[in-house]
Amino acid sequence: MGRWGAMSIRQALLALLEPGPMYGYQLRAEFEQRTGATWPLNVGQVYTTLARLERDALVEHVDGSGADDATDQSGQHGPAAAQVMYRITTSGRGEVSAWFTTPVPRTQPPRDELAIKLAIAVTLPGVDVASLIQQQRTATMTALQDYTRLKRSGRASRPDQAEDLAWSLVLDSLVFDAEAEIRWLDHCEARLRRAAVEGRLHTPARPTTPLTRPQPATHEEEVTS
Amino acid sequence: MTAVLHLDNVTRVHGDGATEVHALRGVSFTARAGELVAVMGPSGSGKSTLLTIAGGLDEPTSGTVSVEGTVLGGLGNAGRARMRRTSIGYVFQDFNLIPALTAAENVALPRELDGERSRAARALALAALEEVGIAGLADRFPDEMSGGQQQRVAIARAIVGERRLILADEPTGALDTDTGEEILRLLRSRCDAGAAGVLVTHEARHAAWADRVVFIRDGLVVDESGADSAEELLEVSP
Repeated sequence: MGRWGAMSIRQALLALLEPGPMYGYQLRAEFEQRTGATWPLNVGQVYTTLARLERDALVEHVDGSGADDATDQSGQHGPAAAQVMYRITTSGRGEVSAWFTTPVPRTQPPRDELAIKLAIAVTLPGVDVASLIQQQRTATMTALQDYTRLKRSGRASRPDQAEDLAWSLVLDSLVFDAEAEIRWLDHCEARLRRAAVEGRLHTPARPTTPLTRPQPATHEEEVTS
Repeated sequence: MTAVLHLDNVTRVHGDGATEVHALRGVSFTARAGELVAVMGPSGSGKSTLLTIAGGLDEPTSGTVSVEGTVLGGLGNAGRARMRRTSIGYVFQDFNLIPALTAAENVALPRELDGERSRAARALALAALEEVGIAGLADRFPDEMSGGQQQRVAIARAIVGERRLILADEPTGALDTDTGEEILRLLRSRCDAGAAGVLVTHEARHAAWADRVVFIRDGLVVDESGADSAEELLEVSP
């Protein structure tokens, strides 16, 4: 799931209920209207999330819109679930307002698999880091080409509704992310090459034995001091 | 799609002996009609050399370059110059417009040099300026135009007279983000209309406008990214 945690699904669906009550399938459609299928949301997730929001008294059934047992304890969704219309409660509105007035925390850096992979790769003998970087760059560039194509065609290219503008902004976010990743890969490549040319990068041939004292200096510091 | 530009195992060595530099070390590369290809690489990778050789501004040490089926090496200087005026359009980072000429005169110049009468050349120039969206600026001088407008004039000059190969060397380098995007949109639409385009850039966001991105390192093509597949992942489900 990465940076797309359960928390933001919950907040996003709750916020979409602000303008008025909706059925679960409508919520999903409204969500995808704004985000494409970038973060696909299955119907089950929508109903599970709504059930939790209801448990926490942030949403409630609209009277007479469906059976009370629409979502049972085991998380199974019968046909009745689709017929329940949900409305946001006062405390739900409070939660939405808090969401919009609180920055998304950046305490946990979002993209880490690639950084971790590279961090491990550069320290291991026998890993072809240059081709790792190139393969990633090609893959990320392919994605960037796809996002760019979506941006210049279809409803994102001439947004005349707020939902289309939202979608084009989501695409921009994907474009900026991919671009940043490629720039970072270029940067890694350049630094690794320089380090190799200057001959100061030696990867340990076998696992380093744990040190009993703090390591005095890195290779880089030894060279530059 | 037919190959408008084809480089076959091209090498380029600058200098000799101890100062010998291998700018290109055996590059094969094709740009077809209707296709925009981006070439990406760090400075010194050989990407600009590739473009100058493709445009007949420089000659390969070995290997061949063909434009619309004609091998440039077999042409001689005059023949290559004619090829540049009639088949190859070049767009530079710093526009390279002639300051003493108006927009229309700049665009008409390659046609006039090719022997076209000035009235006919001007008509072609006005059509090209129209195509890049600045027909109204035909009688302005370069210093009376913004960077984005000047680059549009340069693109009009590159496409005037039905030239089918457009080579662009960092064409957005001197422009702000939005203006740069307009220029890419223009190159893109020209390729969609049937030209072959080669775009040299170090900006991933700009390269992403291309159908293919070719990565070059140390004078060699190391990889290539085509674009298909992942698009469906982002399409909105009905």
